[in-house]
Amino acid sequence: MSGFGVAGELPAWGADGRSEMFFPEEAHAAAPADFLQELPSYRSVLRRRAGPGGGHDPQGSLGARAGEARGPQPEGAELDARPLREHALSIAEKRRLRDYQQANIKYLSGWNQWKRTSSKSWSKVLKDIKESLSYLQLWRHDIHSIEGKFGTGIQSYFSFLRFLVLLNFLIFILMFGFVTFPTVISKYGIFNSSFAKISPKNTDSLCTVYTPSGNKGLVYFYTYLKDLLTGTGFLETTSLFYGYYAIDAAVLRNVRYNFPLAYLLTTFAYLALSLVWIIKRSASGFKRSLVHDEDQFQSYCNKVFAGWDFCITDLNAARLKHRSLQYELQTDLEEERIKRKIADRTMKEKLRIYSLRIFLNIIVLAVLLGCFYSIYKATAFSQEKSNNGSNTDFQTNLLVQYLPSMVITLANFVAPQIFSILIRFEDYSPAFEIKLTLLRCVFVRLANIGVLLFSLWSQIHCDDDNCKACGYNYKLYPCWESAVGQEMYKLLIFDFMIILAVTLFMDFPRMLLVTHCSWKLVQWCGLQEFGISDNVLEIIYGQTICWIGTFFSPLLPAIATIKYFIIFYVKKISLIHTRKPPGRPIRASSSNFFFLVVLLIGLVLAFIPLGISIAHIPSSKACGPFRNFNTSWAVVPHTILGFPTGLQMVLNGIASEAFAVPFFMVVCLIMFYFIALAGAHKRVVEQLREQLVMESRDKLFLIRKITEAQKCT
Amino acid sequence: MGGAGSLLHREALREYQELTFLSKQEILLAYKRFSELLPKEQRDNACSRRVPKSRILTLPELRANPFQHRICRVFSTSEEGDDSMSFEDFLDMLSVFSDSATPDIKSHYAFRIFDFDEDGTLSRKDLEKLVNCLTGQGEEVSLSNAEMEQLIQNILEESDIDKDGTINLSEFQHVVSRSPDFVSSFKIVL
Repeated sequence: MSGFGVAGELPAWGADGRSEMFFPEEAHAAAPADFLQELPSYRSVLRRRAGPGGGHDPQGSLGARAGEARGPQPEGAELDARPLREHALSIAEKRRLRDYQQANIKYLSGWNQWKRTSSKSWSKVLKDIKESLSYLQLWRHDIHSIEGKFGTGIQSYFSFLRFLVLLNFLIFILMFGFVTFPTVISKYGIFNSSFAKISPKNTDSLCTVYTPSGNKGLVYFYTYLKDLLTGTGFLETTSLFYGYYAIDAAVLRNVRYNFPLAYLLTTFAYLALSLVWIIKRSASGFKRSLVHDEDQFQSYCNKVFAGWDFCITDLNAARLKHRSLQYELQTDLEEERIKRKIADRTMKEKLRIYSLRIFLNIIVLAVLLGCFYSIYKATAFSQEKSNNGSNTDFQTNLLVQYLPSMVITLANFVAPQIFSILIRFEDYSPAFEIKLTLLRCVFVRLANIGVLLFSLWSQIHCDDDNCKACGYNYKLYPCWESAVGQEMYKLLIFDFMIILAVTLFMDFPRMLLVTHCSWKLVQWCGLQEFGISDNVLEIIYGQTICWIGTFFSPLLPAIATIKYFIIFYVKKISLIHTRKPPGRPIRASSSNFFFLVVLLIGLVLAFIPLGISIAHIPSSKACGPFRNFNTSWAVVPHTILGFPTGLQMVLNGIASEAFAVPFFMVVCLIMFYFIALAGAHKRVVEQLREQLVMESRDKLFLIRKITEAQKCT
Repeated sequence: MGGAGSLLHREALREYQELTFLSKQEILLAYKRFSELLPKEQRDNACSRRVPKSRILTLPELRANPFQHRICRVFSTSEEGDDSMSFEDFLDMLSVFSDSATPDIKSHYAFRIFDFDEDGTLSRKDLEKLVNCLTGQGEEVSLSNAEMEQLIQNILEESDIDKDGTINLSEFQHVVSRSPDFVSSFKIVL
């Protein structure tokens, strides 16, 4: 029996010294085999596989034969622990089990009976609800067909896109419901509402001059096009930008709606919603990787036992999957050999490698600084030119307006190429190379947005007399929030146009060339690979812009929703027709983890410019809901002053140091307790493992002794 | 779908909903696909018919699967041992591979599918056959002997807790519960 045949393999396995040399009898297999077949653990597995005649045996308990001996009542109670469908039996066996349970139901007390029936009906109701909700899922059929053709790795990218569409739509509903809708109905007096506009006191009247140049009179048609593309002109006066929301309160039938407070709180709400939803979505991935310390995504067991996507229906895709799995396994095995080689490096070699790495990192830093400087200069140039004169013709004007976007896109394209060339010289293991390149690309993309905002702020802010009156350059930027909103709008539109242009003008011609031209060079180049990490970074870049820009342009999430909606179809067509699937297999779990971590980084990075704009930079006095306050944040203390004294004292107490320091200490203590607990658990797990190994050896030793004893008698 | 629904009694539908993880729509779709595998004259009482293995393997969900033979073997309750499947076997299979099946059930059946010699444990030979299935046996020489040895060594090191050289069911379920990709890859949806 091969149950014992394993012992014959022990010598080979134990040969590397990890276990002691323990050779149970291999040749005289007859008697020991009987013993092994009689072991309770072996029999319980056998019974589960025996088929219709095998009897019903839930995991752990000894089965119906023993159960009958014990009497029906405890048996019935034990089997009720799980719903029927969770037993690992065929349908016929489950039917038999169910009949057995029904027959035994009269042995249960009334309370148990009621508990069982109510839990059954409750789970049925939940299941029906889940079923009906699953039909509302967007793109269910498309994602299912992509999964069948390309596997779960690429499917996770499209699920991620769907998640972003829903997130942006929800943010839009939030902003529309609490910000745009009250403004619009109170401005037009619908439902007998009105608005209150308090004139600013204590401010220089110079700061409040703001005349957005909505197009008056006859203008050329292309002015509208230019306005649509750059957010200036007639678009600036619409509800798209911050400047439209210049009311202080909306009044509807004696209910006073504090508009500035609502605007600020809605901003916090959409940021909190994004944060909570992303964390909830990544909870399952994080839970596993936090509890165990091994590298979950690289473990061999994960690759072998969960390696094949059972949902693949296409034969070509299956062939590709076989090849990519083989490639991955071979690469990992090679990487392990490389790691062993690295551990054997001499001191001189180590010195050489480290100095090379430091040098290359300095080059990376130089590249980054070059990108940042060019973005800064481009933004400054663009702002100066657009503020100086509007006599230039349409094309030049558009070019100048879009200059920062173009420079950012160029930097986002060039920098990753440089990084992937440089990393080859740094001699890391392949997996680490990929991670480090990815990290650098993420940083470049997100930092570029930060530099753009910084350069915008340096334009808006100045130290000379121009700004002393209001805190910002009121002559050039009477409504600076709208200017920032326009910049974000331009970035979003340009990003969208680039994605469309790349697919139309680079992928399709390449595909046509490859299919119709049979030159060796063309065939060798082949189709471009569908690079998941590049695509993901692209859309995360867009999402970060949306998060930052929504405060300055409340209708931006709607544009982002439409953008991602169209991008889904564009990417799907591009994947099916013009690109080939990636050579290295993508795993759904590590992809999901990566997407959500980078998205989280984007969100946290979006907090910084928003926080500075809200709390530090003086709000414009000429437009927007925060005209009467120093900064946008100042509306919150102002509102708190209107609360009853008791509540004020509580809130002040929470914000003070006397509360924060003890709170921080308590949190540290709790964290320390959990760390200690986790360490203790790990030690217990190690001890149990050693005990298991010892038990297994004891078992085989005893069997050997018994067979020897049997032979002697 | 209406035609298939009328041939599957409501009682039977409710019973299948209770005994499997499938929803009503999924069971009806499975019935439709199953009856399409039968010749026309047998479609009336599809519930009691058995479909030969060769017909089952023409399903798109199974034809590209390297574990197709093992799946048919594990889920078939045929007494003749010809791996033919009845409608209930088919439902069993879809239930285990569905979205709502518990990870426990999935890992139990995965163990049985990977156990090529059906001795209750995953020995080195089972693991070798498993890796060959994954890399596409027979197309070209997949992994060299040394690489296979190294790979199996690593797998056993990660999963064999009691160090007896094989992976039994509990060890398998333990290692798979820590594998983040298992639930999403061990899935077939019609």
